[in-house]
Amino acid sequence: MARTRTRLRQGVVTILGWAIALWMFFPILWMFLTGFKNEPDAISTPPHLFFSPTLSSYRDVFAREDYWHFATNSVVISVLATVVALLVSIPAAYAMAFLPGPRTRMTLLWMLSTRMLPPVGVLVPIYLLARATGLLDSRTGLIVIYMLTNLPITVWMLYTFFREVPVPILEAGRMDGATRWQEVTQVLMPLALPGIASTGLLSLILCWNETFWSLNLTSSIAAPLTTFIASFSSPEGLFFAKLSAASTLAVAPIMVFGWASQKQLVRGLTFGAVK
Amino acid sequence: MDKVAIRAPLTASPAGGGARGRGLQGFLLQSPAIMLLLVWSVVPLLMTLWYSLRNYNLVDPTRQGFAGISNYWYLLTDPDFLTSLENTAILVGGVLAISVGLGTLLAVLYNEEFAGRGIARILVISPFFIMPTVAALLWKNLMLHPIYGVYSAMMRAVGLTPVDWLSRYPLATLVMIVAWEWLPFAVLILLTAIQSLDTEQKEAARMDGAGMVAQFINITLPHLSRAITVVIMIETIFLLTVFAEISVTTAGGPGVASTNLAFLIYSRALLQFDVGGASAGGVVAIVVANIVAAFLLRAVARNLET
Repeated sequence: MARTRTRLRQGVVTILGWAIALWMFFPILWMFLTGFKNEPDAISTPPHLFFSPTLSSYRDVFAREDYWHFATNSVVISVLATVVALLVSIPAAYAMAFLPGPRTRMTLLWMLSTRMLPPVGVLVPIYLLARATGLLDSRTGLIVIYMLTNLPITVWMLYTFFREVPVPILEAGRMDGATRWQEVTQVLMPLALPGIASTGLLSLILCWNETFWSLNLTSSIAAPLTTFIASFSSPEGLFFAKLSAASTLAVAPIMVFGWASQKQLVRGLTFGAVK
Repeated sequence: MDKVAIRAPLTASPAGGGARGRGLQGFLLQSPAIMLLLVWSVVPLLMTLWYSLRNYNLVDPTRQGFAGISNYWYLLTDPDFLTSLENTAILVGGVLAISVGLGTLLAVLYNEEFAGRGIARILVISPFFIMPTVAALLWKNLMLHPIYGVYSAMMRAVGLTPVDWLSRYPLATLVMIVAWEWLPFAVLILLTAIQSLDTEQKEAARMDGAGMVAQFINITLPHLSRAITVVIMIETIFLLTVFAEISVTTAGGPGVASTNLAFLIYSRALLQFDVGGASAGGVVAIVVANIVAAFLLRAVARNLET
């Protein structure tokens, strides 16, 4: 009796677990499939579940839509913003973790508070500043803004990772006459490399998917993939297959990154408040 | 992760060397980050405040000068502003209700062992990694399009008339789309929190004859309360500024039916070029976010101490 109940329960859990998972993932799967249809197939009613796959939409996206231009912008902006954010935040996180002063805790919390400023609250001055300095629709403009918005998160994440490095190891290095620079580059960095990597990854994901600033500050020259996809929203842009192919290309790399780093993401996104 | 290390008192002085030299070094190492964030958080804020008190329209240079509180007055008495506040509240509240309510149940579900759980979990959290413009167009065109959308086809298949969701129920549909993006976030966080739940405690409760519901209410839910708080606060910060989803689906319409505060400020600033009015809206957005942030910071600070 008890065993049948457990079996039944197990069956319900399995079915429910998979049904919900498939329902949540269905739009993504459908987008992926539609990318391999031709346009008439993509808007056929009722939708074709079976069709002869074609790469024509992908070819279109590459040939006519200048996909590489937007993809390059996304890569350059995300990577540079992340690298600069890491370069600025590694020394800061090091100092906070290993040379803490009476104000360290306050400083950390204040940094977090800057992240909570809603971007829309400062849209007007940032837009006007960017226009005045010629940074409107420029990669540099977005790199600077992404770097600044991610800085609190990278400092915070690195800080929690650095604090897990056992201090005696660092001290041993110093006993052997290592300078501060050597201590950081040769002792701390190798130990904290996984932490630094996942911090960088989170920053990359956030930059890649950022839409508020990219939609408002770029139009063509510096437009990343987020802005490119937004251009499909016009009524004339009702090319489902092409939209799907472009979207799949835009989200695929970052989704794989996300799958690989869920655990670290939780820490980074909650500032260590959930472990 | 290693909780002991995190819990070590913050004032420990692991590094050797003179206290004063260390303080200076520490300051120098932190200063680039601090200076950058100081400028980033103070300058635009002051500019927003300044513009909000001025007459400043990008297409009408004749109207210049000090405006006093007239921008605020104009904004606060504008029915569109009230609608946008209401829409913001519905959007934030609706998405929070769905993601926390469903998220808690799903976290419990995906904590159970079943065949292929790992893959199912990955499928569930995937929408969180989709960029907002893709998520919005995916739903608008491929799923909900009144003629070509999959959901419309399903409705037709069971004999119903497809609905043009985004023009009939713009706000509710947006809540649904945004919730699809943020429910995975709640599941991800709550699942992580649930995994740290003491299984012995649950085992003991089951021995004592507590049913599933009783276990959930008396053990799981209290354990999750902190994680739920964190989810609510972080999502609120992001949801206050939902923009791309509105921009590519309804553009705030029909009328202002789906205009939230963020979209209103955008349209005032970049479509109507009313810098003063948009800035006043910006100040309101900042005030709202600060109230939320104060609570969030307190929760994080408590975590630093324990």
